[in-house]
Amino acid sequence: MSGPVLLRLTGVTRVHGHGEAQVHALRGVDLEVRLGELVAVMGPSGSGKSTLLTLAGGLDTPSTGTVEVAGEQIDSLDQNRRARLRRRGVGYVFQDFNLVPALTAAENISLPRELDGIPARKARREALRALDDVGLREVADRFPEEMSGGQRQRVAIARALVGPRRLLLADEPTGALDSLTGEDVMRLLRARVDAGAAGLLVTHEPRFAAWADRTIFLRDGVVVDSTGDRPSPESLLAARPHA
Amino acid sequence: MSVRQGMLALLAEEPMHCYHLRQRFEERTGGTWPLNIGQAYTTVQRLVRDGLVELVPDGATLPGDDAPPADDGASPHRDEISSADDGAPEAARGRLATRSRSPQHVERYRLTAAGRDEVAAWWATPVVRGTPARDELAIKIALAVTAPGVDVRAVVQAQRTETMRALRDYTRLAAEQGPDLTWALVLDNLVFATEAEVRWLDHVEARIARAESGATGRSPSMDAGSQGGPASTGAVSGGAR
Repeated sequence: MSGPVLLRLTGVTRVHGHGEAQVHALRGVDLEVRLGELVAVMGPSGSGKSTLLTLAGGLDTPSTGTVEVAGEQIDSLDQNRRARLRRRGVGYVFQDFNLVPALTAAENISLPRELDGIPARKARREALRALDDVGLREVADRFPEEMSGGQRQRVAIARALVGPRRLLLADEPTGALDSLTGEDVMRLLRARVDAGAAGLLVTHEPRFAAWADRTIFLRDGVVVDSTGDRPSPESLLAARPHA
Repeated sequence: MSVRQGMLALLAEEPMHCYHLRQRFEERTGGTWPLNIGQAYTTVQRLVRDGLVELVPDGATLPGDDAPPADDGASPHRDEISSADDGAPEAARGRLATRSRSPQHVERYRLTAAGRDEVAAWWATPVVRGTPARDELAIKIALAVTAPGVDVRAVVQAQRTETMRALRDYTRLAAEQGPDLTWALVLDNLVFATEAEVRWLDHVEARIARAESGATGRSPSMDAGSQGGPASTGAVSGGAR
């Protein structure tokens, strides 16, 4: 991976509570995610996966260490500037889609842009383009309840990368989907990252983590291993029959 | 994978040369189980021996009856060399018969009535798992849990990383493949089997963590420097079932 680093965590530790009730959610985590790179995070419950995602998105600040998004040290910004960086730079995809039920697909996508001061008409044009990118222009004026689970998640991905947003944080994005729809969503997520974004994916599904360039393993708040982004020496990639 | 049953199933579709049979087998299974031409030839000879396959009589016309290339390294004459260690008299007779013919006149095989019955029975019967094959990983983990001085968590994690790497590689292949259903299904099989291994490793780790916390006892290998003993070993083994 040779794109610029979009997300960098350096020596990040997050401690909850005080005294004897202290819990170390993360301990000295270093992580870089580059443009065009999708990184999966796996680990048992309580290993620190969600904390990592929360810190990467600027929803929380580390106890020690630094978090940089697109070159800005997010934990050193005041609340307003951090909120703006989140709005403009970071998109989220959740297991339960988090679409506003009273808004259409296009409105769900344009909302954060309008909140950011973009005129409604321009925001709608961007939303329609974003829907084109995920192959869902036809659902632009449908409400979430009128869409399938797979369509909702694709809309959520479109929303996550609308406008200038380049960092995509996904928390179990396939959790509510069947096997083939989950695969479709991962294919799309992969394509959107390849088209010019950086992705951090938390999942407990090995089959979906396998869409990432590399997987890091967390245990007790520590990165204990990583697959690296190179194929295995004995990989089928080298011996594929239909190359 | 039963090469024997697979070949019978292909011959049920149409009679063919051994060369074409091997080629068709690889095409239809996505090339994942490459067959040595000698292996294909030997298998066919055994099917003949067992009365499931027979030579098509000279002069019979077959659909799609084109001859294999003579210089592709897989001609029947070369098969004879690669299958020479088979030792079966039938194979020897087949080799002699083949020697007397040019590549344009190699034997074509078809199913006998018994062969057709065998194929029908194969489709109708589920694949029986039977006694599990010796699995190096299962053996390794089982031994690691009770071996003194072995960090079983590290063993599990190293394996998980390697298996995830393989899973990622299969997934990349699947993502890149075109609308070839055969290859997609074969890759799916590899993906799901590999995923199952990762899930099993997660489960092993959870079992170990539970054992460590004292819910089901402690493993000797989880206590640094412990030499372990039968009682604690039994506790963890029981927990891992």
